[in-house]
Amino acid sequence: MAFIRGFARFWYDFIVGDDWKIAVAVVATLLVAAALVVGSVLPTLMLTPLAGVLLMLAFAIALVIDTRR
Amino acid sequence: MDAAVWGLGVAVLAASIVEMVEALTIVMAMGMTRGWRSTLIGVAAALAALAGFTAAAGYALATWLPEAALQLTIGTLLLIFGLQWLRKAILRSSGRKAMHDEDQIFAEEVSAARAAGADKRMGLDWFSFVVSFKGVFLEGVEVVFIVITFGLSARNMPVAIAAAVLGAVAVLGVGIAARGPLSRVPENTLKYGVGLMLAAFGTYWAIEGLGVLTADHESLGWPGGDLAIVALLVAWYLLSQIMVRALRRPVATPTVAVPRVSEEV
Repeated sequence: MAFIRGFARFWYDFIVGDDWKIAVAVVATLLVAAALVVGSVLPTLMLTPLAGVLLMLAFAIALVIDTRR
Repeated sequence: MDAAVWGLGVAVLAASIVEMVEALTIVMAMGMTRGWRSTLIGVAAALAALAGFTAAAGYALATWLPEAALQLTIGTLLLIFGLQWLRKAILRSSGRKAMHDEDQIFAEEVSAARAAGADKRMGLDWFSFVVSFKGVFLEGVEVVFIVITFGLSARNMPVAIAAAVLGAVAVLGVGIAARGPLSRVPENTLKYGVGLMLAAFGTYWAIEGLGVLTADHESLGWPGGDLAIVALLVAWYLLSQIMVRALRRPVATPTVAVPRVSEEV
């Protein structure tokens, strides 16, 4: 059990790191972009740069929340 | 070689140098304080474990996932990973996090090695073996992760592996010549650069990989194709500079400690 917990902890620390908000920002933005893809709301060549801008906005918001103390 | 391959090579080389400098600091501290035999056996065991991990993870990813799903998976991981590096670089540049200092880390490792008691197992000094193994394996896993993701996505594993090995050999060679930690390597700047590249490539691949959700399961296209990676690199750089300026704190006086947002890695 301790090994499994340690193994999970290692991968959590490795991928998510010090600030879980970054991972949440990335996954949430990609889910929004995925919904746009599935719904065929926008042409692909508009959707990809829009999703990129959304990722940058999400990162900036996560960083501002992280330092807002 | 095209721009994507150059980007791949430079990113992996810089990541390898940064991580190997950190591993070298730990290995040097153990070897110089507690002896080289157990330390180097720990290093060799870590390198063998890394080789096994690389082969297993690379084979599994390349074999089981279709192209778009592969791009989405590794692009997402790369993005999260790269943005963590970028976050640290922004916090360091804005004075909200202490700079990474190899001399200080070396002194702390030496102190810990001297304070640790004698523990012999299987004919090895267990402390130096375990610390060297963990140091090399943990820093090496980050490089392996970047090698696999960049190599598979750019479909050029040989360049990714060659760049990583070149970085490791260069650090090892200079470390042996200097007989100490490589504190003059501009680690913080390199980490910033690698963070930008991971963020740019990760954004490109993760969004491209969302095509797995379309009817034909083909990767999504970016305006300008691969050139979009350059635009993303510039955009991430500009955003990071804006964030550094927005979050900048006045230089701390000697009596006031610089606030740290989170622990050192």
